[in-house]
Amino acid sequence: MDEGFALSRRQLLDTARTLAVGGAAGLLIPEALAAAPRPARPRVGGRIRVAYMSISTADTLDPARAGMSTDYARHFLLYSRLFDLSPAMQPVPALAESFATEDLKRWRLTLRKSVVFHDGKSVTPADVVYSLLRHKEPATGSKLAAVAEQFASVRADGPNAVVIDLVGPNADLPIILAQTHFSILPAGRGRVTGVGCGPFKLKTFSPGVRTVVTRNPNFWRPGRPYLEEIEMIGVPDEVSRINALLSGDVQMAMGVNPRSARRVLESPGHVMHAAPSGMYTNLAMRQDRFPAANPHFGLGIKYLMDRPLIKRALFRNYATIGNDHPIPPFHPFYRADLPQTGLDLDRAKWHLQKSGVGITRVPMFASAAAEASVDMASILQEYAAKVGLNLAVNRVPADGYWSTHWMRHPLFFGNNNPRPTADLLFSLFYKSDAAWNESGWKNARFDSLLVEARGERDFARRKQLYGEMQGLARAYCSVSIPVFISLLDGWDRRLKGWFSHPLGNFMGHTFGEHMWWEG
Amino acid sequence: MTPSADPGRRASHARLLRMIVARIGVAVMTLFLVSLIIFVITNLLPGDAAQELLGQTATPAQIAALRHEMGLDRPAPVRFGLWLAGLAGGDAGMSMVTNMPVSAVIAERLPNSLLLAAIAALVSVPFALSAGILSAVNRGGRIDSALNLATLSMVAVPEFLVATIAVLIFSVELRWLPSISMLPPDATLLDRLQSLAMPVASLSFVVVAQMARMTRAAIIDQLDRPYVEMARLKGLSARRIVIGHVLPNALGPIVNAMALSLSYLLGGAIIVETIFNYPGLASLMVNAVTSRDMPLLQACAMIFCGIYLMMMLAADLIAIIANPRLRTA
Repeated sequence: MDEGFALSRRQLLDTARTLAVGGAAGLLIPEALAAAPRPARPRVGGRIRVAYMSISTADTLDPARAGMSTDYARHFLLYSRLFDLSPAMQPVPALAESFATEDLKRWRLTLRKSVVFHDGKSVTPADVVYSLLRHKEPATGSKLAAVAEQFASVRADGPNAVVIDLVGPNADLPIILAQTHFSILPAGRGRVTGVGCGPFKLKTFSPGVRTVVTRNPNFWRPGRPYLEEIEMIGVPDEVSRINALLSGDVQMAMGVNPRSARRVLESPGHVMHAAPSGMYTNLAMRQDRFPAANPHFGLGIKYLMDRPLIKRALFRNYATIGNDHPIPPFHPFYRADLPQTGLDLDRAKWHLQKSGVGITRVPMFASAAAEASVDMASILQEYAAKVGLNLAVNRVPADGYWSTHWMRHPLFFGNNNPRPTADLLFSLFYKSDAAWNESGWKNARFDSLLVEARGERDFARRKQLYGEMQGLARAYCSVSIPVFISLLDGWDRRLKGWFSHPLGNFMGHTFGEHMWWEG
Repeated sequence: MTPSADPGRRASHARLLRMIVARIGVAVMTLFLVSLIIFVITNLLPGDAAQELLGQTATPAQIAALRHEMGLDRPAPVRFGLWLAGLAGGDAGMSMVTNMPVSAVIAERLPNSLLLAAIAALVSVPFALSAGILSAVNRGGRIDSALNLATLSMVAVPEFLVATIAVLIFSVELRWLPSISMLPPDATLLDRLQSLAMPVASLSFVVVAQMARMTRAAIIDQLDRPYVEMARLKGLSARRIVIGHVLPNALGPIVNAMALSLSYLLGGAIIVETIFNYPGLASLMVNAVTSRDMPLLQACAMIFCGIYLMMMLAADLIAIIANPRLRTA
């Protein structure tokens, strides 16, 4: 269809392993090849305004502290990373031109030559060392401090290479380094000022109000980016955001509610793109407490989930059915041969009777903080009543939900953003001793598979290991993941170059590098 | 001016001055109490700035480190004392979340809020006054009924509905006005007026109705007094009765009602700020609550409370100056 696809197609073909990938990539290639009348080459120019969902005084220029989508987006525009992530979730060389590793523990990265920061200074190995090691300083307040603990040492090796020693083998290092938190900053500046080597330069940064960036003509990826200027604002109110898009005040609006989708789709000047993603809202049941301490309870609840209804009624079909483990069907490591759990009142009743919960009133904690959880809880409550289970919906405020309710009750809802690797998902949320092991389950086999898969080079073998883990989580971990939520964005029709990316809205927040304006 | 009037006037000036000084003293006490209450309440809220900043995915060690850096590991009374001492010295402290001085964060937003409130006041006060007077003078008549119906419906319709419908009509359908008010630094006057039009209109919508109702009530109250009857019997024109006699007497309650409504324009603008994405002080304060940014929250509260107290003081002063009987009271 256009150049944006062409590049991603090249990236896909470059990476041998992606050939094993179906799903998102499979959808992309035919569409890209089928482009009959090729439009003119993407051209430089155009100023657009983009409306994000969240904006506050907590907005930051520091990639280590990025917490909200607006931050990720800003950092993707300003900074570059050692690797990028393709839509098929495979690493693509960025500032690191190539890498070599023998044991997946010691990694030697060769840096791209003659890349310059926005202030004209060259990117050196010292900058890379600084940018990675600062995550280990408590004062940085890094969101990925726990991930950075894997770096045993990071040191320069000659004028254009860096050697990273990990505490244990990890085949996913390039993907980990593709996260925006590990953006490369100039060393020795102290305060993070927005100077990086990304496709755009910072013009205005006013926390809670706006960020304006202008095209970086010296960007290391030749010819990119296309847009001249991007103004980022936040419009937290969804109706206002859609109105701003439809009235032409903004050219992109992030996070279209499925209920508003029709308004955008019916507008002749706009398009809505839905990107299937790994984001989910889940019901977790603590296995160290009544009633889920009895494994039958969790199983019973999983049979009470009416997944097609949740998909249709809550997400207007902009969702993918899940099978109670966190790997979505379009993920390279998805295990397709697991039987799909569905609504089955008889089985649910049998399990719940065996669980010994009886007629005890069991409250579920739901909140607007976990998307659609209140509605999901209400649906579940209805079905539970049919099999004699007395579930209650405790709706609590979004403010402070994660620190006061999440993981503090026997039954609660959580919400998880897409993560770049299966290893991160399992390490953060499923490992027996993980800080956010939501259900508190303990499974020694699962833990040993996790370590084994991390140190495994062979793709097929890894897929097999992760597959077994998906089966274990589905059968024994009392976390129910009914659906994966697609990410919906509204666009002005004159913006060209869109492709689906499962890691976030606006093409995994990388739109700035790929899209151009035709108007 | 007769010489005998002079000492009396001086005495009343002195009384006025004493009253102002006393009121300022009370205002300072009120501000202190408000800051104390806010501090206590925010401490009762779950989580603190470090937790909110690091988010869902933070480990206890990270939170402890950041807490130490922010000074949140000190006991609450010490933190409050330090903040108060800083404020007394004219330093509102550092915003914990933005790492910028609170004064700089507020300096960016306060002018926007004041501009919005000022324009809304300029638009709504004349409207409200004329509507109130008109309906009071025509009490029971057709104009009065129509105005009553209009103002009562305006009071009853929530402003988010007014604002949203206005956006649908003027931005999405007609495309006359921007749906969001950005106020970039390089905006022209016309840009500014255009982006302020709908926020001002929706704010005025509610405020005009409230003020008009209060004005009507105050004037009707005066119209029933014997002196109005006397004036009528003397053959004064209705216009002269209302403007020369009734209005000065009704000014006290009217100005009070207006002060109440106008102070709402600043802090109560949160809904309008949200819908139009207007970068004002109210949304800043909401941000400060959700991110538990204590110094910023306190500063916003002090500004809102201070302005409220000032408006009340101004209202009382105007009432006193307009009505000599209150001066000696």
